[in-house]
Amino acid sequence: MSRIAGGIFTSHVPGIGGAIAKGLQQDPYWKPFFDGFDPVHQWLAEEKPDVAVVFYNDHGLNFFLDKMPTFAIGAAAEYRHEDEGWGIAFQRPFEGHQDLSWHIIEQVVASEFDPVTCQSMLVDHAVAVPFELCWPGKEAFPLKLIPIAINTVQHPLPSPRRCYNLGQAVGRAIESWEGDEKVVIFGTGGLSHQLEGGRAGHINVDYDKFCLRNLAPDPEALLQHDTLDIVELAGSQGVEILNWIAARGAMCGSVRELASNYHIPISNTAAATVLLENSDKVHA
Amino acid sequence: MLPTSKTTQGKRTIPGTPVFDGEQARSGYALNAMCYAFNSAEMRDEFVRDEEGVMERFNLTEEQREAVRKRDILAMLEAGGNVYYLAKLAGILGLNVQDLGALQTGMELEDFKAALLAHGLTETRNFLTEKAA
Repeated sequence: MSRIAGGIFTSHVPGIGGAIAKGLQQDPYWKPFFDGFDPVHQWLAEEKPDVAVVFYNDHGLNFFLDKMPTFAIGAAAEYRHEDEGWGIAFQRPFEGHQDLSWHIIEQVVASEFDPVTCQSMLVDHAVAVPFELCWPGKEAFPLKLIPIAINTVQHPLPSPRRCYNLGQAVGRAIESWEGDEKVVIFGTGGLSHQLEGGRAGHINVDYDKFCLRNLAPDPEALLQHDTLDIVELAGSQGVEILNWIAARGAMCGSVRELASNYHIPISNTAAATVLLENSDKVHA
Repeated sequence: MLPTSKTTQGKRTIPGTPVFDGEQARSGYALNAMCYAFNSAEMRDEFVRDEEGVMERFNLTEEQREAVRKRDILAMLEAGGNVYYLAKLAGILGLNVQDLGALQTGMELEDFKAALLAHGLTETRNFLTEKAA
C-alpha cells in the first residue's frame, strides 16, 4: 500500500524563482526565507518520497478565463513549466504518474467530486518554484508529480470546507492505492498578501499565525472562515491558503509539525514554509 | 473572529479589494485575453511595436484602451482586469508587483517597500534535530 509520509507547505512567489536564477540564496533579503528549507532538505533526503501530489493554483499559464475549472487533476505522462510572461522558463521537466493520477480521479469522482481531468497540462510557478526550492540544482527531480489545481482566481471560489473535503478524498485515494509508493503532499501559495487595489501590500500577521498554529493540530479551525472572509483577512491572494487547506485534508494519519518558518517580506508576501509529518502512530 | 464587512446589493464589498467575480470576468474578458497572450514573447514584442494594433486585435473596450494608454492600474482593474493577467502586461512595462503596489496606493516605491520591511519578522521552529536525537 502506498503511504503519505508528510506534507510540505510553502509560498510560491514568482520572485523566488528569479532569486534562484540569480543565486541570491545567501543575500540578506532572501536568506531568512531560503534557510527555512534546510529541515525540508534534511527530511526529503531521509524519506526519499516517490511521488508528490501538489495542490496549487494556476495564475494564467495553463488555464484562462475561457474555461476555468474549480478543480483540475493532472493525468499526464510529463508536465512542463513555460514562460509566464516574464521570460523565465524552468528547464527541468516533471515526470507524471498516470496510473496513480487515474486512480485518484476514479476515487474522488466516486466520492462525488467532479474534477476536470488533464492529459496535457502546463504547470506554472506555483508548482515549479516549490520544486526548485525542495530539489535545487540541475539534476532531474527524484520523484513523480501529480498536480491538482484549485481555482483561486475567479470567484466564486470553492469553499474552504470543500477544498478540505477534496483533500481528504485524495488522501483516501492515495492510501487505497496498491503500489508501494511513498507520497509527499504539497500545498503552495500564501500566506497573507494582496497585489491589487487600494489595499495592495496588505499583510495580516495575526491571521497567518492563526493558520500556522492550527495547521497541524486542528486544521478544521481554518474552515470557520468562508472564502470572502479569507480574502478580507489574508488579502485577495492570501486566499491561496485554500491550497494548504486541501493539502492538509489529504494527510489522514497522525500529523505533527516538524519545522516551520514564517518570514516577512518576500516581495509583497508574508512567506511561510511548513513541514508536517504524517504517520499511523499516535505521538505521546 | 469573523471580520465585519459591508454588503451592497447582496454583494459583499471589501475596502480597497476588488473581488474578481463573474461580473468582472465578463467586463474584463478582452483585456485579460490580451494579457494572457503575453505569455508568448512574440506577442510581447508585438505589443511593444504596435500597442494600438494589439489592443484592436483583442477588441478591447475604449475604457480598457484608455486605462492601458495611461498605464493606470486602478483603471485597468475597474475595467475588469485581473491582476494575475495584468502582471504579464506590467512585465512589458518594466513594472514588478512592488511597483504596482506603489502605483495603486499612491505611495513612493521606497515607502511601499519600507512598509513591507517594517513587519521585519522571522519566526522559525525546527523539531527535526530533536527527532534525530
